[in-house]
Order: sequence, then structure tokens, then C-alpha cells
Amino acid sequence: MTKRIRIGNAAGFWGDNLDAPRLTCATGRLDYLTLEYLAELTMSILAHQRSRDPDAGFVTDFPKVISSLVPILTDQPGLRIVTNAGGMNPSRCAQRVSEILAGAGLSEVTVAAVAGDDVLGDLDKHIAEGEQFSHFEMGQSLGSLREQLISGNAYLGARGIVQALAGGARIVITGRVADASLTLGPSVHEFGWKWDDWDRLAAATVAGHVIECGAQATGGIYSDLTEDISLADVGYPIAEISEDGSLVITKPDDSGGTVSVGSVAEQIVYEIGDPAHYLTPDVDVDFTQVQLSQTGDDRVSLTGVRGGPRPETLKVSLAYRDGYKLEGTLVVAGRDAAAKARRAADVILERVKRAGHDLDRTNVELLGTGDSVPGVWPAQAEPWEVVLRITAHDPSRDALSRLSREFAPLVTSGPPGVTGYTGARPKPQQVLAYWPTTIARSRVSAEVVVKRAGEWSA
Amino acid sequence: MNATIQLGDIAHARSGDKGNHANVGIIAYTQAGYDFLGQVLTEAKMAEYFLPLRPRAVERFELPGILAYNFLLQNVLAGGASRSLRVDSQGKTLGLAALEMNLPRPPNLSEMGPKKP
Repeated sequence: MTKRIRIGNAAGFWGDNLDAPRLTCATGRLDYLTLEYLAELTMSILAHQRSRDPDAGFVTDFPKVISSLVPILTDQPGLRIVTNAGGMNPSRCAQRVSEILAGAGLSEVTVAAVAGDDVLGDLDKHIAEGEQFSHFEMGQSLGSLREQLISGNAYLGARGIVQALAGGARIVITGRVADASLTLGPSVHEFGWKWDDWDRLAAATVAGHVIECGAQATGGIYSDLTEDISLADVGYPIAEISEDGSLVITKPDDSGGTVSVGSVAEQIVYEIGDPAHYLTPDVDVDFTQVQLSQTGDDRVSLTGVRGGPRPETLKVSLAYRDGYKLEGTLVVAGRDAAAKARRAADVILERVKRAGHDLDRTNVELLGTGDSVPGVWPAQAEPWEVVLRITAHDPSRDALSRLSREFAPLVTSGPPGVTGYTGARPKPQQVLAYWPTTIARSRVSAEVVVKRAGEWSA
Repeated sequence: MNATIQLGDIAHARSGDKGNHANVGIIAYTQAGYDFLGQVLTEAKMAEYFLPLRPRAVERFELPGILAYNFLLQNVLAGGASRSLRVDSQGKTLGLAALEMNLPRPPNLSEMGPKKP
């Protein structure tokens, strides 16, 4: 019989449901649990945290998850975990997790830290040697933004993960790797696929792409959601990957949600560009001939994935400080609610101007009137209330602090129907903006350390 | 009988961000619907529908095995995830908005989907 592994992904971003890893492992019959935490800008937030505390900079949800998994790690000795929770500090994350494991009598569990993705430290050297770091969508050069950079990370592939697993790691904690590499790594480790077996590398990469956003593959945000699909107990996705590269997407027994041709198809097209060339550090995937078929209840098989040689450059996320942002809201109700809300916005912005602040960028939205996709939704009847949302961006925190003070006074000095100013006064937030670029593959390689939890925590 | 249908009668959708670009995946319920959309849901049609977001360019890609078209709408997110001041800074609702698009009623509508046959 063809060897087959089950990989379940129970986190699609930092802040996802903390119970999902435990529940997925409980009934998922998993060989591997993956946990994907790093959205494009998460690394810059972690870099900011690490700059203030050298022991910080990793995803603090992960130690909580490990605490919840202690009984399962004992009951399921074959279960391994692969996660990018290491963020900007994989070794400190490994230490923290190891302290928890050691405290629970699991000192023998092997934990790996996979780093090497941080390119900011050597940025000057890379630039001196000819790297441009131009914006890969727009082509502009980095220029003076270089002085404002807060983080820079290359997307590593699956090789560091495979090295860690081959070194005996049961828990692999990486920094920035391509999301799908969390799934490809275990597949290559288990099946011994060659690094130029492009079709199989591509198949496992597609599996990773489908499961990396957690419940989005199993009924979450499904545009065909029906009443009979239960979301409160939504199951997180599991990829069954076979040695020959065949794939089935499914979910844990006795869980909610759905795995259908429709739910999987929506996730296949999620955040892709040219489907003939979905590039990861490991392989150039061709989705164009992918086919789906329902082979059982909550089981969808996926065939027709093709792969080609991996790209010679790696994607890099640079993040830079870009001033401050503020968002404030008011509820405005009654006849002509939208017009009154518009007038309230004018009053607020005029008062900020009279206070001497010329805000760099502002945006007024009347939520309830179709402003989520402004100008595109077809016209509808006037709503009885709208949420007025004003957002502004400015280099000056003080200017935005002034704006933040101007919402509450509208309750007594604005148009009729202003209500619902609740919660605290909004606070300006630092903006960490994103600069996608590339680097030559030869400049970056994974750094892998594997130790027992007892050694990490000593 | 209406002379028009909505895209959502014959397809479902998902959208998201690619930096300051958004992608909108449109998935037909049936082969007949996929073939029809191949004719009417052109790059120009999508560009016109999303004109208020001022796309720099719209590209269409085909995934025939799953009856899907993937549209890449360039520069429509007002700066993207962290810089955008919009409530939907990541374009997550563009797919649902696309499903409200009016299309000419095809003669073989009954072959195209589970909704409003």
C-alpha cells in the first residue's frame, strides 16, 4: 500500500482559535500538526517587539498552544509539529516552549529552531554586492526608505524543516518560511522525494496552500455557506498526502464545517496571481490543470498539479516605519442618516483643520451604505443608521491625537442622531508598511539547531 | 422574465490581497456557466465594474479544471494592508461585490447553476 501521511493545519494567522490545535489533534489522526502564524506584516510587529526586549519577537500564542497539547504529545508519540511561530526569534521561542515541556515532564522531546531568514543585518553588504531590493510590484528603488526599515526577511523553503526533521526534531519552530513549505517539509521528509521531483513538490505545495489559512478551506468565509454548515465547531483542514503525490483534503471526524469541491476551489484561488506560475522557494507550481472531485463525505481529492524548477530568487518582505494611523467611529441614526453622518465627518475634519493640523491622508466611510467596496455595490434603500468611520494617516502622532479628541464632542455638538460613541478614545497606531522585494537564493540559507527540551531549557 | 442575471446566480467567489493588488477568483457552478463567463466576464468587463477602485490594469487567468477565472486587479487597495485607510484594506469583500454584477441572461441559464434556475 502506498504510504500516506495526514497533515492538519490548525492556525491560519496569529490570533486564530486557540482551541483548534488541541481539537484537531484529538480526532484528526494526524502525523503532523502545522500552525501558520505569520501574515506579511506580522514579522515587522515582532521585530518592533524584539527591539524593545531581546527575549521577545516570537508568536506568544504558540507556547499557550503547547501547554494545551501536553497530554496529546504524551498520548500520540508519533505526532510532530511544524510551525513558523519563531517569527523574529525562533531560538527564544524554542526555549520558551522547552521550558513548558520540561516542566510537564517532557524533557526528552526534541525541538528545532530554524533561522537564517533575517536579511536586515547584512543588508548593506547585499546592497554593496549588487542587490537592488526594488519593489517587485511597482519597480521603485528602495532609496531613502532604507533608513526607516524595521525588518527584512527572506521566505525560506522546506529544506531547513526537512533538515530539522531528519535531525530528529519532534517540534520544528521556524522564522519566515513560505507558508506552504510547512506542509512540503514533512512530505519530503517522510517520502524522501528528490528536490527536483517537481510534480510531487508541487502537489504537496498545493496541499499546503489549501490548508494554510485554516478554516477558510472547510467552510469559513465560504461564499456558498448554507444553514446546515455548522461554523461554531468548524473543523480545521487536513491534507492526506501520498508518496505518489496524490492528495485528499478532509477535516477531523465529528467536527463542523464542510469540505466540498466548492469550499476547496475557493481556497485554491485565494490570494493567487498567475495560476500557471505560483512561485514558492521550493517549486514553480502550475495550478491550471488542477481538478477536484468529491470522493466521500468531507473528502475532496485534488489531481493534475504540475511543477517546474524553483525560482532563483527568494521573496523578501521588508517593513518600514511610515508614520501613524488613527481610526474612529460614530453611529448616526434616523432619517437621512448617511447625509447627517457625512456632515458629522465634515465637522470633525474642519475642527482638526482649525486646530492647525493639515492631515496627510484622510478617508471617510459610511458603513451601511456600501462603502466596504466604495462605488461598486449596487444602490440600495437608505439605511436607518450608519457607522461613520474616519481614518487618517499622518507623520505626526500629535495631529492624530487631536483628531482622536474630536469624535466624542459630536454627541452634543453634531447633527441630530449621533450616538454610539463607545469605548475609549481611539489611539494613534504606528504604521509599519510593507515593501515586497527579492534576493538571490545564494545569499540566504537556513540555520538549524536541534536539541532536547531539557537542553533548550537548561 | 428578467433580461439580466447576477454573476452570483451562476458562480461563487473568493478574493484577497496581493500587496496593493487584489485577486478575485470567480468559480462557475457548471461547465456551461464557465463557458458563458469565458465570453462575457472579460478583463474589460471586470475593469469597468470595479472602475470606482481605479484599477491600473486587470488580468484574467483561467483554471478550467475547477471552472474558475482568477482576476488580478492592480493597485485597487489604496495602499494595501497597513497603509490603506479603507475598512476592507485587504480586498476580502471584492468577491462578494463581484457576484452582484449584472450579466445578460443566457438562453441556457438552466444549465448554469443551482440558484434561481
